[in-house]
Amino acid sequence: MRAQRKQRLWFVVATLTCVAFAVGLSLYAVSKNINLFFSPTQVVQGKAPKHHLFRLGGMVKKGSIHYADKGLEVSFVLTDYKSDVTVHYHGILPDLFREGQGIVTQGKLNNKGLFVASIVLAKHGSKYMPRVVKEILYKHKGSSHAT
Amino acid sequence: MWTFFYKMSSGRSFYQLSGRFIPFFALASMLLFAYGLVGGLWLAPPDFQQGDAFRIIYIHVPSAFLSLMIFSVMTFCAVLSLVWRIKMADLILQVSCPLGAWFTALALATGSIWGKPMWGTYWVWDARLTSELILLFIYFGVIVLSHTIPEERTAAKASAILTLVGFVDIPIIHFSVNWWNTLHQGDTLKIFSKSTIAPSMLHPLLAMIGAFAFFYGWMCLSRARSLCLLKDKRARWVEELVKSW
Amino acid sequence: MVSHFEQFLAMGGYAKYVWSAYGLGVIVIIGNGIYTARIKRDAIAKLKRRYRT
Repeated sequence: MRAQRKQRLWFVVATLTCVAFAVGLSLYAVSKNINLFFSPTQVVQGKAPKHHLFRLGGMVKKGSIHYADKGLEVSFVLTDYKSDVTVHYHGILPDLFREGQGIVTQGKLNNKGLFVASIVLAKHGSKYMPRVVKEILYKHKGSSHAT
Repeated sequence: MWTFFYKMSSGRSFYQLSGRFIPFFALASMLLFAYGLVGGLWLAPPDFQQGDAFRIIYIHVPSAFLSLMIFSVMTFCAVLSLVWRIKMADLILQVSCPLGAWFTALALATGSIWGKPMWGTYWVWDARLTSELILLFIYFGVIVLSHTIPEERTAAKASAILTLVGFVDIPIIHFSVNWWNTLHQGDTLKIFSKSTIAPSMLHPLLAMIGAFAFFYGWMCLSRARSLCLLKDKRARWVEELVKSW
Repeated sequence: MVSHFEQFLAMGGYAKYVWSAYGLGVIVIIGNGIYTARIKRDAIAKLKRRYRT
């Protein structure tokens, strides 16, 4: 390789390294804020903000969904299989909202430790399969399954 | 290998060789589109969770894949251009950029359309969506930069450097779903382990990814050939070629 | 047959999402195809003018 070309190659490598380093450091610095949501365990441990809006993510605990007799009131428990947080919500739920489904909610903790949500979003898994296959696969595992 | 790239720095051999690839790319793309569309919309069964809404995957994933692939091609061209001064690399970079921007926009738009019924929102500022949006702006940046600098050689050099710098976003997009909590799900297609999608749904998806990739190859080579003729307009071979039509 | 086709169009109730996504896909693909053809046509026209004079 000619010397000139080698020099230009070094320039390219140096540029890439510097930029990657700078971006890597900045991402590391803000990495906590990039996470979209807090887990129930973090909330129970008091790591989530107390008085302002934040997002909470977890699985909807089986048998924990209670719909109000009228209106759009709903309450359910979000779990990460270590800790549980009860969520209250008033509004329209996404189509994928169901037991065992991963959910991200946005709202505030009230004084009693209840999470009052203003937004409920469904997180779905990266698994895709036909309904028939799913019925055969999970016949013995119960009805709900999601990642 | 190296002789191949050096040969490609001549407009004439690039024009001739790319001409041989274009019909193949065009045919492969159209056949795969035909199978992918029929397979994705008709043959593949509805998903156990998402019903028929999951069919958006056949547009969303191929365009998201292309948004990353095209930028990787551009970065490769940027290195060839900066280090080895291969002229054709600049052409490929220049014509790839708007194509990449279109597919990034398509990935964002279809993802948004998919997000509304499934997640419950068109948009959320999670790491995957935000880094993909940043990629769109990087594409815009390269397009604007190459058009605002009048001097050809400087414009090419500036776009190559910006492409090189922008490349750091590509691994961030790819790994964002593993590094951080996101609303966006993890990867379905995996190279080193089994993909988490049933074969009847997977085959149309692979076909669509192939169709999009060949379509990009077709468009990219065809546009680069046109620009190549214009660039070499003083050369004898171009004059002879044009007069023979 | 007609009901089959209507069922297909309905996309299990997700018709507007699925078809708008596919519509955008078709627009981007066809649009870029047309633009590529125009680039080629314009380039050839320009070169032909150049060599004629």
